[in-house]
Amino acid sequence: MPVLAFLILFPFAIAFILFFLKKDSKGRSFVVISGGLAELAGSVLFAADNLMNHDMEMGTYYLKETHMTDMFIAALELCLMLLVIFLSVKYKKYYVILLSALGTLPVLYMDISGAAETTASHFKVDHLTLIMVLVVGVVGSLICIYAVGYIRDYHHHHTEFTDRSGYFLSLLFVFLGAMMGLISSDNLMWMYFFWEITSVCSFLLIGYSRTAEAVNNSFRALWMNLLGGCGFMAAIVFCIYVMEITNISQLLLFTTMPVLAIFPVAMLSFAALTKSAQMPFSRWLLGAMVAPTPTSALLHSATMVKAGVYLLLRLSPVMYETYVGTMVTAIGGFTFFAASLLAITVSDGKKVLAYSTISNLGLITAAAGCGMAEAVWAGIMLLIFHAVTKSMMFMSVGAYENSTGSRDVEDMHGMIVRYPKLAFVMTIGIFGMSVVPMGMCVAKWAALKAFIDTGNIYLILFLCFGSASTLFYWIKWLGKIFSVSKGSKRHEDTVHGSEWVAIYPLSAIAVILCLVYPFISRFSVTPYIQNAFSGSLNRLVSAATADSLLGSTDNIVAISTEDFVIMGVMLICMCILPLAMKYVNSVQERRVMSYMSGFNTGDDRSFYDSFGNERGQYLSNWYMNDIFGEKKILAACLMITAAFLVVMMGICTMGGLFL
Amino acid sequence: MRISKSPWLLHYDGSSCNGCDIEVLAATTPRFDVERFGIINTGNPRHADIFLCTGGVNSQNKDVVRQIYDQMPDPKVVLACGICACDGGIFKDCYNIMGGTDTVIPVDVYVPGCAVRPEALIDGVVKALKLLDEKAEKMKRGEYKSLTSAEYEAARRQDAAEEKNNA
Amino acid sequence: MTMIGMIAVIIYLVISPLIACLISGVDRVVTARMQGRKGPKLMQPWYDIVKLFAKEATSVNDMQKILVMAHCFFAIFSGAVFFAGGDILLVLFALTMAEVFLVLAAYSVNAAYSELGAQRELLQMMAYEPMTLLTAVGFYLSTGSFKVEDIIKTDIPLIIKMPGFFIGFCFILVIKMRKSPFDLATSHHAHQEVIKGLTGDLSGPVYGFSELAELYEEVLMLGIVGLFFVTSDPLSLAGAAAAIIIVMFCMSLTDNIFPRVKWEGMLKAAWIVTFFAGGANLVVLSLLNR
Repeated sequence: MPVLAFLILFPFAIAFILFFLKKDSKGRSFVVISGGLAELAGSVLFAADNLMNHDMEMGTYYLKETHMTDMFIAALELCLMLLVIFLSVKYKKYYVILLSALGTLPVLYMDISGAAETTASHFKVDHLTLIMVLVVGVVGSLICIYAVGYIRDYHHHHTEFTDRSGYFLSLLFVFLGAMMGLISSDNLMWMYFFWEITSVCSFLLIGYSRTAEAVNNSFRALWMNLLGGCGFMAAIVFCIYVMEITNISQLLLFTTMPVLAIFPVAMLSFAALTKSAQMPFSRWLLGAMVAPTPTSALLHSATMVKAGVYLLLRLSPVMYETYVGTMVTAIGGFTFFAASLLAITVSDGKKVLAYSTISNLGLITAAAGCGMAEAVWAGIMLLIFHAVTKSMMFMSVGAYENSTGSRDVEDMHGMIVRYPKLAFVMTIGIFGMSVVPMGMCVAKWAALKAFIDTGNIYLILFLCFGSASTLFYWIKWLGKIFSVSKGSKRHEDTVHGSEWVAIYPLSAIAVILCLVYPFISRFSVTPYIQNAFSGSLNRLVSAATADSLLGSTDNIVAISTEDFVIMGVMLICMCILPLAMKYVNSVQERRVMSYMSGFNTGDDRSFYDSFGNERGQYLSNWYMNDIFGEKKILAACLMITAAFLVVMMGICTMGGLFL
Repeated sequence: MRISKSPWLLHYDGSSCNGCDIEVLAATTPRFDVERFGIINTGNPRHADIFLCTGGVNSQNKDVVRQIYDQMPDPKVVLACGICACDGGIFKDCYNIMGGTDTVIPVDVYVPGCAVRPEALIDGVVKALKLLDEKAEKMKRGEYKSLTSAEYEAARRQDAAEEKNNA
Repeated sequence: MTMIGMIAVIIYLVISPLIACLISGVDRVVTARMQGRKGPKLMQPWYDIVKLFAKEATSVNDMQKILVMAHCFFAIFSGAVFFAGGDILLVLFALTMAEVFLVLAAYSVNAAYSELGAQRELLQMMAYEPMTLLTAVGFYLSTGSFKVEDIIKTDIPLIIKMPGFFIGFCFILVIKMRKSPFDLATSHHAHQEVIKGLTGDLSGPVYGFSELAELYEEVLMLGIVGLFFVTSDPLSLAGAAAAIIIVMFCMSLTDNIFPRVKWEGMLKAAWIVTFFAGGANLVVLSLLNR
């Protein structure tokens, strides 16, 4: 318990200190870096300790009697609501007040009236929690450390914004603490509390620069997440008053009248879909790009959106062959495909990353909705790989923007010569997201196998088409980095030491993970799945199916040892490429100019036009905006998913409430 | 194996009247079918072994011809096709014509004709193939490296200067 | 890896270039005859590739050579995994990675035609990838395994269960084999800069490596075609060979009758065929499996 309390409360403490350290100073940097490292070490220790010393079969439970704390939390929730109301009035976005009140007041009432009193433990730590603790603790803390150097440069470049960097850093830590709380809570009320903190926090972070665009986008993020919060609230009310349970683990094992569980599960899934920015709620995540990069990195990789898919993965066992499951898989699968098409059409680096995040989360969502052991395995693996790779991509894009003033993919031309270190990291990131011996693709492979075994035809099709388009936008980005103009010089990047402290370890982790994921699977993912599925399969599912599903948990690892070895060989071959390059080029051959129909002026950068004048060559990637541009398909995609969501939620509500 | 078994050629139209160009294309048609010899008409100097030039070189494209020639990997041969490519032909005295192909790059085989007949063209190519093999042989022994267009230019200047001195 | 797998890999590594050269040689002769020409010698592709390795090595930058060699290595690698009886999905993924390296090599030279070719190639990959993946899924659904060594143990030729996948696969094979109408990035015909852009800045031995990779790739793709026909009965190998010959002939024919299309046409056509032929077969197979 003490370590867990430390993990949750320590970031809040650091945040409190940072809130008062408004000026950039060595002291402040020290606080952030040591705080981040302490949190990182804490999470690693916590995970290691739990794995080795505790019997994790059913999870470890903490904290039973919490009357005082409940009151304290109720007070904090009220504060959050008041803060939202205050800001909504200030910026004249009155509709947000309604959503905020709708989400918070019933919960407050339940707290004060004592309806939510329970003797069940409030925290539960099992294997999935440990995985999330590691993801949040390692990736999240590194992002906080990265933010120190980043925000200094950010204000150096953007003098038009007021420097509120202390506030910014403090919010990042609040985020971290809330996330730790969220993933270890078993009590729905507490989970909701942390859930709302992340919503409000992301709202404040997105609106950091206070420009009109930032304010608009932040309110969009806020209302969408509060809407999800309302869904969460509805689930809690139903659980407490109808089902008389307070904890998520009780919900998963609710055997008295299984059909009742459909409504809260549907509502919780709805909340999770908004949080993970699935279509039709994808727009808030794109809007979040106006914020300084650490925000995006944090929102996209370790926290916020991961909270949504975490909840879905938790609920996964009860979604097997239910309408909720169908809703979640269909929306996830469609989002995966549509977002990967949309990612082709944008050239802003962060926007590509945003669409890719939405797309990958869609895949995790779809995997969770299948409700099958194999699919959940793939989903968790995707989550881990995505967190590491995406955070590293964001950080390198952010660092590049601070060095050059642009984050457009088109401006990354020849980056491998101009900024070799950053380009190297980005190359690892892109390979990690798109080709096979690296993590994401392996997890996708497992997902494909799981979808086939579940017989989800439309998911198979979504996955096949979606991964083809995924490859297109990643490789054309990589191509830009490799496309070197003759005579390019190496530039000095302005990346701070603290940024490298975050970027390098993450790149190393991204590569190492590809070699050690079988162990992660064996010691944490597989045990979690076995427990989760053996516990909850006895309901809603016929005995025969339950047996067959459980039978498959023994070989849930979709990738056989042989394939793993082959991929290891491929990975090693890729790693020796840079070394082989030296060897291959040891014999210097005749250099020729690149071919431009004989009109090359001599430096591969310009050519002679028909008047004999020199004219610069500008090479642009394809974006195919007239085929599937944002203007063409985004509205349609949102409409389709929204309609589908409404219908499915209607069915689940009817089924849950009136059956 | 002899390199001449797979001669790929690059066709460049200097400033011809297109008569020769049509004949070059005619050579690839069923009647003449140069693919019999493994000849492929590439669109790119990097893949080519034979540089087939039609028309005289003018002041605007002289650098283009040089660049294309320089981008071809050794061993390579240059074929001047048609009388214009050989020495300027009827355009010889035009204000913008420098003369034949050999005013900018070294030419190995001259195929006269106005326009050049496909048969003559094929004859020329076959002759060029022998040269190609010889060059490949020398290259293997390390005795051969083709002149770059700049070296050729310098050599020509020197020749001209010497001639002037002699005169 | 079994003994037979080992032998198959060795045979693949040693004679694939020759076989592929022979196949494309025949293809070129057949094409010529269809056009009323005599055509080149049978082993012309072999002469071509040997010549390329005999030419002078020139390069535009430091990266080009290693990237093309990586392309060649991974293309051969993926074929080796296939013939060793490995996982067919892994084979396809490795092949994708090989293609990625070729695209990067084209990007690295920073020239208009190369970059155009690179993006066309990427687009082609985007067009055919769904179908290749679906084909692998089809094999899995009909035999219960992704492993080639298990797939070939089937009792009936898989074409009976997977006609839709076969049609779809042959359709995208036209793209993979670089035949018109879908030879947008590189073509075997008398070509100009735009169409051959992808390899436009490779020359001599470096270009030779990319051609070599293509030969191995060709054998691999035809191997997958053969997989539709091979059963546990050794005699079926003859049937598979016959099927491959018929498929190759149909491709030459397609090549000769269709003019080149635009990339939009290619993407739409490939995806529509994939969706309907592959999708329908997928539905039927998974219903059968229930």
